[in-house]
Amino acid sequence: MIDIFIQLAYLLASVLFIFALRSLSRPDTARRGMQLAAFGMLIAVAATLLHTRIVTYEWILIGAAVGALIGYPLGMWVPMTAMPQRIAFSHAFGALAATLVGIGEYAHLYHEQSLTRGVMTALGFEVLLGALTVTGSLMAFGKLQELLPGRPITFPFQNFFNLALFGLGVAGLIWVVLFPYDVWVFGLICVIGLLVGILIVMPIGGADMPVVVSLLNAYAGLAAVATGFALDNNVLIVVGALDGASGFILSVAMSKAMNRSFANVLFGAFGSAGGADEAAASGASGEMTAIQVDDAALRLAFANRVIIVPGYGLAVAQAQHQARELVDLLEKRGVDVRFAIHPVAGRMPGHMNVLLAEAGISYDKLIDMEDINERFAGTDVALVVGANDVVNPAARTNKSSPIYGMPILNVSEATSVIVLKRGKGAGFSGVENDLFVAPKTSMLFGDAKQSLMQLGAEVKLA
Amino acid sequence: MTSTAVIQLFVFVLAGFVGFQAITRVPPLLHTPLMAATNAISGISLVASIVLAGANQSVLSTVLGTIAVGCAMANVVGGFLITDRMLAMFDKAKAAKQEERASAKVH
Repeated sequence: MIDIFIQLAYLLASVLFIFALRSLSRPDTARRGMQLAAFGMLIAVAATLLHTRIVTYEWILIGAAVGALIGYPLGMWVPMTAMPQRIAFSHAFGALAATLVGIGEYAHLYHEQSLTRGVMTALGFEVLLGALTVTGSLMAFGKLQELLPGRPITFPFQNFFNLALFGLGVAGLIWVVLFPYDVWVFGLICVIGLLVGILIVMPIGGADMPVVVSLLNAYAGLAAVATGFALDNNVLIVVGALDGASGFILSVAMSKAMNRSFANVLFGAFGSAGGADEAAASGASGEMTAIQVDDAALRLAFANRVIIVPGYGLAVAQAQHQARELVDLLEKRGVDVRFAIHPVAGRMPGHMNVLLAEAGISYDKLIDMEDINERFAGTDVALVVGANDVVNPAARTNKSSPIYGMPILNVSEATSVIVLKRGKGAGFSGVENDLFVAPKTSMLFGDAKQSLMQLGAEVKLA
Repeated sequence: MTSTAVIQLFVFVLAGFVGFQAITRVPPLLHTPLMAATNAISGISLVASIVLAGANQSVLSTVLGTIAVGCAMANVVGGFLITDRMLAMFDKAKAAKQEERASAKVH
């Protein structure tokens, strides 16, 4: 009887979770939907406390209290710029929970001598994927937080070695399915999972992190699915499937935005292309034309339509608020201002939108690449702030460029282009940019925050 | 394959399909909140952790279960809070604009 009650509670929670994801299709319904999801979580947890296997509550309470104490700062204090590493960090948490439950369940069934092959398959997948996601996410966290070097770390025969190790993990998985009571093989799977997680993220550079974070999301989801199979818990299967679908869809979207094939993403073999050598060959020629703040401000102030192209440089300089002030001033003068958001403008999917929304910029001014690309033709000034690769014409014209084939924003179709840039160096991927030396482009050198502030002051005077 | 496993497979495939349908409709604008949201929801592994921590099977199980409860709870609390924080910003951005419009009418 209690069991049926718990199952019905799980069903209700699943429905609420799906409803919440549906509500995320619109910004004005999203918040309410997520509040319902939180309510669903509460129902599921409350019902679980009635489970007949539970005989003591003290350790549950201790764990929950500590978790809540860790979770609160992770929810309320983490700045929006740190969102990618924060998400990577929680993937590690989620996967660790799944892995530990897998090991605990194995110990329980081993003790009862009731391990079946079906359950063993699920448990094997659970710990292999879980362990891989734990260390993979921690590596991604370390790179994003700059605790680890962001550049790719490579060694000879890396892909071969990784594949061989992963193959050994799969072989171990098959072994424990056939012989469930070989504890050492089960332990070996955990260790291999942990190692593979480190090894697959190691060769990946900082610019590829949006793909990695999405992919780890999918892996964490699949680990949850395996947990659901092992424990015969449908709500875990449903949520894991949702999580996995979300992770894979975002990975595909991100890999498309960076022109990498899905197979490349799936096997984590990306980021190992020797970009540096090729970049030297594709060096742009010509001189950059510098512009002074007052000239740039006049051009903006007397424009009809302006499109701002924000890049990660804007976030690094913490210049979102200055950007917003400039937009407000321009709009007061009747200038039509939009933001062009490239899918990989930040360090994770949709990151730039969140950063700009935080600064109070209305979301209907944030236009996706597909929708805004045709608007550049009728635009007087394209203002590029701290973006480089996403506006690099080499992605279209130069076959030897490492970013060749990546979809870019049509900035060069605007009547004139002003680029705010810290210095004369190359972008994140080390590629020179032809846009910066084009005749219609003017460069405004300096810190993005300072430049935007000065532009705002000058626009006020104009 | 047992009948339970077949039912589980049904649930998995259909949920994956529903998830795919729902998530392809999420605009890139909300992709970061989406990740935070799936992160929060995936804290549902809390229910499995709770059973392990409370079942009192062995010291090992209780220790593993308690750590798992902590991890999952951190995701639930942190995940829902940060998602709400982000979505409130998208709300606020809209509210700010409406305010602007209203004040523009007054002037």
